[in-house]
Amino acid sequence: MPTIQELKQQALTIRKLTIEEIGNFGSGHIGGSMSIVEVLTYLYYEAMRIDPKHPKKEDRDRFVCSKGHAGPAVYATLASKGYFDVDLLKTLNSGGTNLPSHCDMNKTVGVDFTAGSLGQGFSAAVGIALGQRIKGQDARTYAIIGDGESQEGQIWEAAHTASQWKLGNLIAFTDYNKQQLDGYVSDISDMEYIETRWLGFNWHVQRINGHDFAQIDRAVRRAQAVTDRPSMIILDTIKSYGFIPGEGVTANHSMAFDQKAAQKAIADLYAREGAAL
Amino acid sequence: MRDLSTCENMRDAAMAAINDLAFEHQQVVMLDADLASCLGSHSFCSRYPDRFFNCGIAEANMVGVAAGLASMGLVPFTHSFGCFATRRAYDQVFLSVGYTGQTVHLIGSDPGITAQLNGGTHMPFEDIALMRQVPGIIIIEPSDAQSLYELIRQAYDLNKASYTRVPRKGATHRYPAGTPIVLGKGIVLAEGSDVGIFATGEVMVNAAQEAVMLLQAKGVKATLVDLHTIRPLDYPLIEQVAAKTGRILVCENGRYAGGIGEAIAAHLGRVKPTRMEFVNVGEQFGEVGKLGYLAQTFGFTASAIAQKAEALVAL
Repeated sequence: MPTIQELKQQALTIRKLTIEEIGNFGSGHIGGSMSIVEVLTYLYYEAMRIDPKHPKKEDRDRFVCSKGHAGPAVYATLASKGYFDVDLLKTLNSGGTNLPSHCDMNKTVGVDFTAGSLGQGFSAAVGIALGQRIKGQDARTYAIIGDGESQEGQIWEAAHTASQWKLGNLIAFTDYNKQQLDGYVSDISDMEYIETRWLGFNWHVQRINGHDFAQIDRAVRRAQAVTDRPSMIILDTIKSYGFIPGEGVTANHSMAFDQKAAQKAIADLYAREGAAL
Repeated sequence: MRDLSTCENMRDAAMAAINDLAFEHQQVVMLDADLASCLGSHSFCSRYPDRFFNCGIAEANMVGVAAGLASMGLVPFTHSFGCFATRRAYDQVFLSVGYTGQTVHLIGSDPGITAQLNGGTHMPFEDIALMRQVPGIIIIEPSDAQSLYELIRQAYDLNKASYTRVPRKGATHRYPAGTPIVLGKGIVLAEGSDVGIFATGEVMVNAAQEAVMLLQAKGVKATLVDLHTIRPLDYPLIEQVAAKTGRILVCENGRYAGGIGEAIAAHLGRVKPTRMEFVNVGEQFGEVGKLGYLAQTFGFTASAIAQKAEALVAL
């Protein structure tokens, strides 16, 4: 396993790539991308049984980013892991790109299912986990949903079936960054007490700091040991975490900034982390 | 080849096709949304319990789960009443199935007025139009038990998503086993040069066959086509009948907007403008009643069809 320090360094690199990727285009979904960087790093660099050289390997672990607008962070992670050339990140959202704002399985190498219409990726993840079981694969499905996304009824329909079918091979995360496009989740359609909601659906539930690798590591290992129920790991996160101009800002779902602002944000982030660029 | 001539219900023909495919292909799975006893998909469950999943009353999730299963190389059949199979789960059908290109076979039972006693809330007329908006999805509505069996199997062989309208109770036996039935190719049931009638589905083809007899008695010679495939439409046959008769009547157990009639009119408007008339529910919602009452109410009877055909010929 990589050390916590190595994971932190990798997360920093993925944040840098994500900020550059969006800055290069001039705007994008920075907030919800930055809040899931630690969990993406942990999944791709530690938890998942994957091979970037064989991205379609039949018995691989699968990952669905159901909050599909976090595509930029997913692409930065995939590029850093070697699924495709880092230079491709410069094409984000440009006409003809293979990196659209929302994850698309038919365009991007390494993306296991398309998402964007919220809630749909999660049902697909349930289907994928079920498919792994039908096929007798010793593999897991990981999924990330948003807290705002959890306002979609489909999330709870999927939660019902995953629990009914005792999908122990499904490990999901809620990116609980407390913000959605129009403002704070608690002002729009409150998600507290979020653990009890998932407990009520008979999932194995943990709630941790989503930016703390030690806590992520411990929670994922515990979830992997649970085989009779699906697992939900609620990640307390900060929207736009690591893109300092967006931290604490209400309108940080999608932000416009150029490459110059991106480079300044990256320098400020590295300085805050005490890391060398 | 399976002979469906003794099959008592259309739903039994549909399940025979799905169960036979499941026997032949390990990757076939089936999902239902608490209507297994309505279609008879519990027959799949009893044969292949590890490949059958009752998703409960949650059609959107059922379609999403099916898409996930399809991405794993499995081939799901999903079932609900046609209104819920399409309208209730539309965004999921559009994106998780259509946009992603997953091969999921959607079965929508009780099309149009065959919903009968479940009434207006359960009466899908718009499902045809909705599915026509999903690029690439195959849409079929066979008119008898044998063709239903054959066409579900052919849709499977095409390895593309499909939507099949399936009446549940009672069965018409029009085509003996061995009749050539080809997805995408309409079947000519009568030939005449005065008017061309295209009818889709059991209710409409049955009524239209009777209407042809009524017309014949009045000296009007009609061509009748069982247009069992809504996508891909049989354009060569449509053009051929239009050229021969110069008058086209399209009968569908559905809505005009976005329906089969509109699709044919749009095509003929481009290649061979032809006088047309339509039998459908127009702008109306469904309502409760037995089949006979509903057929009268919406003008789906042989006499109503014959009347429209006559008027069209007289133009």
